[in-house]
Amino acid sequence: MTVVLTARELTRHYEVSRGLFKGHALVRALNGVSFELEAGKTLAVVGESGCGKSTLARALTLIEEPTAGSLRIAGQEVKGASKAERKQLRRDVQMVFQSPYASLNPRQKIGDQLAEPLLINTTLSRVERREKVQAMMQQVGLRPEHYQRYPHMFSGGQRQRIALARAMMLQPKVLVADEPTSALDVSIQAQVLNLFMDLQQQYRTAYVFISHNLAVVRHVADDVLVMYLGRPVEMGPKEDLYRNPLHPYTQALLSATPTLKPDPTKPRIKIVGELPNPLDPPSGCAFHKRCPYATQKCSVDTPAFRPVGSRQVACHYAEQFLQ
Amino acid sequence: MSLLQINNLNVRFGDAGAVPVVDGLDLAVDAGEILAIVGESGSGKSVTMMAVMGLIEAPGRITADVLSFAGTDMLKLSGRQRRKVVGKDIAMVFQDPMTALNPSYTVGYQIEEVLRQHLGLKGKAARQRALELLKKVEIPAPESRLDAYPHQLSGGMSQRVAIAMAIAGEPKLLIADEPTTALDVTIQAQIMDLLVNLQKERNMALILITHDLAVVAETAKRVCVMYAGQAVEVGQVPELFDVPAHPYSEALLAAIPEHSIGAERLATLPGIVPGRYDRPQGCLLSPRCPYVRDNCRTQRPTLDPKAHSLARCFYPLNQEVA
Repeated sequence: MTVVLTARELTRHYEVSRGLFKGHALVRALNGVSFELEAGKTLAVVGESGCGKSTLARALTLIEEPTAGSLRIAGQEVKGASKAERKQLRRDVQMVFQSPYASLNPRQKIGDQLAEPLLINTTLSRVERREKVQAMMQQVGLRPEHYQRYPHMFSGGQRQRIALARAMMLQPKVLVADEPTSALDVSIQAQVLNLFMDLQQQYRTAYVFISHNLAVVRHVADDVLVMYLGRPVEMGPKEDLYRNPLHPYTQALLSATPTLKPDPTKPRIKIVGELPNPLDPPSGCAFHKRCPYATQKCSVDTPAFRPVGSRQVACHYAEQFLQ
Repeated sequence: MSLLQINNLNVRFGDAGAVPVVDGLDLAVDAGEILAIVGESGSGKSVTMMAVMGLIEAPGRITADVLSFAGTDMLKLSGRQRRKVVGKDIAMVFQDPMTALNPSYTVGYQIEEVLRQHLGLKGKAARQRALELLKKVEIPAPESRLDAYPHQLSGGMSQRVAIAMAIAGEPKLLIADEPTTALDVTIQAQIMDLLVNLQKERNMALILITHDLAVVAETAKRVCVMYAGQAVEVGQVPELFDVPAHPYSEALLAAIPEHSIGAERLATLPGIVPGRYDRPQGCLLSPRCPYVRDNCRTQRPTLDPKAHSLARCFYPLNQEVA
């Protein structure tokens, strides 16, 4: 299998001003995330707001430089890449955003928006570009007459199809999708998710699929990475993680997700409180203040992200949950 | 007589010939029950409740055979009379807590305002009651939160304040319009628990508007499925989830990823909700329905009793009685 994306200890910190006379505060938005992604596979990144999902997306798509750590796309190291190399790398990683209302240019025709990546990155003629755009439009379920239309003439689901088509125009090796269906209704979400799966099968694109919806993740992912306050807490194959979550945070997330067939005999893991202030994260394990199993050790020692069974987990007591 | 009785409610925006946004809706809610209204964007769930609250402004028009709450005809009330009921006996919690609260006033002031208006509490008594309400909705350190402004609170915390304001007048009916859609899943679980506990404790009726069927399955006793302004199926939970009679209910359930674990593709309903200009003459689902027959395209079905629920369909599914 070809590995197309490798992240090693990827880290991104932000300095935040606290006012005129105080020093800068440091937000550790992304802290030591490592993974490998093969062509045609999907890594899902889950977690609540502020866990660093979107910062990870920005680092992977070269929108922002990571503060530390290394990132290899298709075997090419991003750090220290020349301008020409970076241009090539940008072709290989494309992105689909959450809101299809904000991510399309309202003043540009759909056809022109889809042709723009080709205009910038290839030497195709106008006629060839048009042919490619028409082919892609057909593939994502748009009609040829839509070429001349503007974004406001489309529904949310259709716009997300357009955004996906635009991202796939250059046949990237990696597609980063940041909450691509959370603005859509459930029946439209199903259509768009099917389209994602079809395109992946055809082009063998690797997906980094960011979502807070665990039911959606279960459908699309091969591997799942759970994050909490900028740190990875659990990563592993989808089936293992859903069947037997090891980190208490993963357990709580799965337990809090409403289900169609609620089991009244199964007690829900109640997770108290809210996400801590990222400017002032708790000592030790970042989750210990909300964790039902926390001990003295958790408030002092930061647990390492270490292999347990088929997975990696950042919890001192992960073995106890292993079934 | 039900607490809230709606018969043949129509809401249009524009003249009498305009396409109805809510189209002949019949619904009854009893005291102390949890009813969920589910449907996709534009199905008329929120507009229905806005009509009940009297929040529809021109050019919107409301017509109904009956729209009564606790025996009062809501359509005949003057503005002054309505304001005595709305916010007190019927209260509403909105989707986005960040915009539902006034950013210029403290949390305490906004809760006290409800107490002043509807219960006549003033000064210390009002403040004391506001503090109790904040405790009731499980806000940590409630004393210090009374003087906080909404921007100082997180989304979950703001939603708790909005709930405190809604229950301040001891309502008989609480309408929660997508109360957890803007929140994270662990916070969503906390807020749903809070709403259900308050409902039980006060024996309020709770109308839960949502697009998330899993939330419905976990909280509601009865559910009304809406499509393009009409109630297409009304039934009990979990029967409606196990044996849906209307093809739209079935399709909505099938589209949820949880429903097809392990499957390659998700089941989908082709096409989109009919718009203003392509509203079908017959059954509103007929252009998208996989079971459509000839008369579906020309005649409109009514909401009738079927084996397990009320459904608006000529050829309902799952009619075997076990």
